[in-house]
Amino acid sequence: MKNATLPPLTFLREPGAAPDPAGLAEVQDIVRACMQCGTCTASCPNAHAMDLTPRRMWRMLLFGLFEEVFQSRTFWLCSACYTCTLRCPRGLPLTAAMAALKRLAAAGDDAANRKKALFYQEFMRNVEKNGRVQETGLMFHYFLAMRDPLLPLEYTPLGLKLLRKGKLHFGGGGQRGALAPLFGKVREMEARP
Amino acid sequence: MKYAYYPGCSLETSAMEYDVSCRRSLERLGAELADIPGWTCCGASAVEPVSRLLTFALPARNLALAERETAGLDLLVPCSACYLNHLRVGRECAADRALPGRINEALSVEGLHYAGKTRVRHLLDVLSADVGAEAVAAAVRRPLEGLTVAPYYGCQALRPYPLFDDPEHPRSMTPLIEALGATVLPWDLGGHCCGASLMATKKEAALVSVAAILAGAEGADAIVTVCPMCQMNLEAYQREALKAGGHGNPVSVLYLTQLLGLAFGLSEESVLLHKNLAVTGALTDKLRACAAAEA
Repeated sequence: MKNATLPPLTFLREPGAAPDPAGLAEVQDIVRACMQCGTCTASCPNAHAMDLTPRRMWRMLLFGLFEEVFQSRTFWLCSACYTCTLRCPRGLPLTAAMAALKRLAAAGDDAANRKKALFYQEFMRNVEKNGRVQETGLMFHYFLAMRDPLLPLEYTPLGLKLLRKGKLHFGGGGQRGALAPLFGKVREMEARP
Repeated sequence: MKYAYYPGCSLETSAMEYDVSCRRSLERLGAELADIPGWTCCGASAVEPVSRLLTFALPARNLALAERETAGLDLLVPCSACYLNHLRVGRECAADRALPGRINEALSVEGLHYAGKTRVRHLLDVLSADVGAEAVAAAVRRPLEGLTVAPYYGCQALRPYPLFDDPEHPRSMTPLIEALGATVLPWDLGGHCCGASLMATKKEAALVSVAAILAGAEGADAIVTVCPMCQMNLEAYQREALKAGGHGNPVSVLYLTQLLGLAFGLSEESVLLHKNLAVTGALTDKLRACAAAEA
């Protein structure tokens, strides 16, 4: 059940590198026209759990306060509901900016951030291997990667419910390995300077 | 009416009742579905935080297969995350002129080509625009009289591309539910995020959203959904969310297509109602009363 033979799923850069300057410049470009109206913050269903409001974070990015931004949990709390993107009076794709920050943080050298990216990384590792995502295997590998013995307990009631309903499936579906060539090619393309 | 059909990974496993009820209720409505051979995962909401190119290449692979295998058909997608991922490829290619070339360079490894010819449609779009409430009403064998339903739209069927509904005040389900003989609960949480994959990464935050939605659905016999992620968050974490939120009552959560199927006279087994994680006794009593009235 180990995935040791697969290369790391950090597509951006070598693990351990500082956030990619070109990537940071791209996110800055996305929010360059922000006029600090705060519609994004007022619209965000998860703002209550964030340490920086989205409005404040965009400004900090433009000021180059990258370290502060990457130490915040704000962008990890984006659930991609697209309400801010829909309502932004400047028409800025703010949900895409949140995802770009997740990518940059995952490729940076901060261990806490790399851990927060593990769910997405394990998800895509599962897709690469199985062609179609196998939810049961995904959660299993996610728990292993998180190395937190208490985490699986939080999801045990759900696991038991799904088991009773015949919804837990181990093993691959019919497309195992089908995405290996595409993943390989994308990895090669994104590694180009 | 014929469509290429992309069920997506969840509908093969944890959301099998969505897949089965979707196929069976669409059959009753005279819509034909053609499966795309060899389809693969679209990356769901996990791909964008990992790779920008893969965000487009994964759904483009399915679209390229659809262009080759089911040419000329619209692609019907019941899962909102899959819908948005496939829809976004064409939208982003129109905005970023370098993107189609990069996507096709990636797809060339399998000899596939994406030309952007397939129109991507959410199931709800097809039901409300192509099928229509009148045809739905004509297929009803067992009116759901006395049932109050809260339509839950979620996020990605509505936003960021408002193609078939008002993304701030969605209402495309209202005529469909009324066509079944049921009553629509007036509420304003139909487009409020359920937390999506935060349920795996930041559970406390997602539970707040689920609790708010459940509290807003007070008075409904059932919430109906059009997305396996919304369905899972609202049904599987219901007890935890009610505890965290401090108020609200257990409520049944069904896929819209299960409700359609039941009104069309399909049995509870036939729409796999036994696979749902939140079905109250009060709902099954009402459903059985509707069935008895028909007989």
